[in-house]
Amino acid sequence: MKDVDIADLRRITDLVKTKHGYDFTNYAMSSFKRRIVRILELYNLNTEGLLKKLLDRQFTEEFLNEITVNVTEMFRDPSFWRILRDDIIPAILLNHQKIRIWHAGCSSGEEVFSMAILLKEMDLLHNAQIIATDLDTNILEKAKKGEYTIKNMELNEKNYIRFQGSGVLKDYYKEINGKAILDKSLVADVSWRNHDLVKGGIFNKFDLILCRNVMIYFNQALQNEVLKKFHESLFKYGYLAIGSKESLIWCDIANKFIVVNNEEKVYKKIKD
Amino acid sequence: MSKFNLHNRYKAVVIGGSAGSFQGIVKILSSIPSNFPLPIIMCLHRLKHVRNGFVEALSIKSTVEVTEPYDKQNIKKGHVYLAPANYHMSVELGNYFSLSTEEMVNNSRPAIDITLGSCAYVYRNKLIGILLSGANKDGGLGMKYIKDKGGLTVVQEPTECMIDTMPKAAMSLTTIDHVLRIEQIVRLLNELHKLYKT
Repeated sequence: MKDVDIADLRRITDLVKTKHGYDFTNYAMSSFKRRIVRILELYNLNTEGLLKKLLDRQFTEEFLNEITVNVTEMFRDPSFWRILRDDIIPAILLNHQKIRIWHAGCSSGEEVFSMAILLKEMDLLHNAQIIATDLDTNILEKAKKGEYTIKNMELNEKNYIRFQGSGVLKDYYKEINGKAILDKSLVADVSWRNHDLVKGGIFNKFDLILCRNVMIYFNQALQNEVLKKFHESLFKYGYLAIGSKESLIWCDIANKFIVVNNEEKVYKKIKD
Repeated sequence: MSKFNLHNRYKAVVIGGSAGSFQGIVKILSSIPSNFPLPIIMCLHRLKHVRNGFVEALSIKSTVEVTEPYDKQNIKKGHVYLAPANYHMSVELGNYFSLSTEEMVNNSRPAIDITLGSCAYVYRNKLIGILLSGANKDGGLGMKYIKDKGGLTVVQEPTECMIDTMPKAAMSLTTIDHVLRIEQIVRLLNELHKLYKT
């Protein structure tokens, strides 16, 4: 197996930052290092070779695609999606007629489709404005297509059954050439945008932000910065959902949120 | 000098296990002193979609509370940590955990190789790695990383394992310092505890 030391990692992040404007300096070290090793093995490069290739814009796009972790599921943590349907969405509707949702770091879009299915089954899809963002343009293109391998659909279907949806997941996709093609009408009104949580600004206000298992790739300093952006992007009494094993308690502005559901890690903004 | 060749400069114990390791783990956790001087970091193969129950089952007989760490949680001595379902668990320089949802490794998430590898990187020669019964080769490479950094390597005696694929994978990849039955692993950990008291 190939190995890289911290000095090499620093050279790589410095180059990508100065040359292309992507800042991975504050990514969590262990997973970032594994991603770099993965790329070195995939392209059969050493550090010098990688640094040379990173001068090229085209290659850097591929690099971004491999650096970011794009492993996701539909209805991952079914109990979270039940809470969303049974508690959170109804609570938002008490104050707002339209539900504004941001999927931050949407990857290949599984959670965006999950959300659309959930809303459709509540007959609320037309009441929702969904914005889905990722820093990786390739994965956004993939997300828009909504094409997943049949192998992954087995897990997605199991999750959907545990979510206790009102239909069957098969209602929402067709099998064509060994792929599951999701119903595009589900995401017809979704706005897919290229946005980097590290350097991107505030662009809208939301009732609900989903950012599950994204900030685990950041160190605590960066988690802090991103949480400030989420705080600013939420309406007062808006909700933030993070991964089940993530926590906000050590962030600077944790006191501006309360925990609505600790098991599923849903927070509510209570102070501006 | 103890027969296990221990010293009191270790920073952590890391344990990997899979099929057939549950009884052994319970025996170990119920036999160590409640003021064990090091963190015990465990990565055990488990069902991906079942988040609850495992940590509770391990806690019943354990002398120390077993918890699943949150991302970026600090690591403390005398605590037992279990890799949560459907996340890889790594240790970072600075002595805290980070979790990830990266691709499965050896068909596993959590993968033992990832936990052991990151522990080897952070704790280097101040680490004890223990690999128990299992039906998969996951953990074998992790034990090699530990040995390569100068850590102490221990596997469960294959004849005592319900399935010996895992310890045997480690034995074929690297030097194993001690091949022990569960009761001897317990003795090793208790001896370690004594070294830290004096």
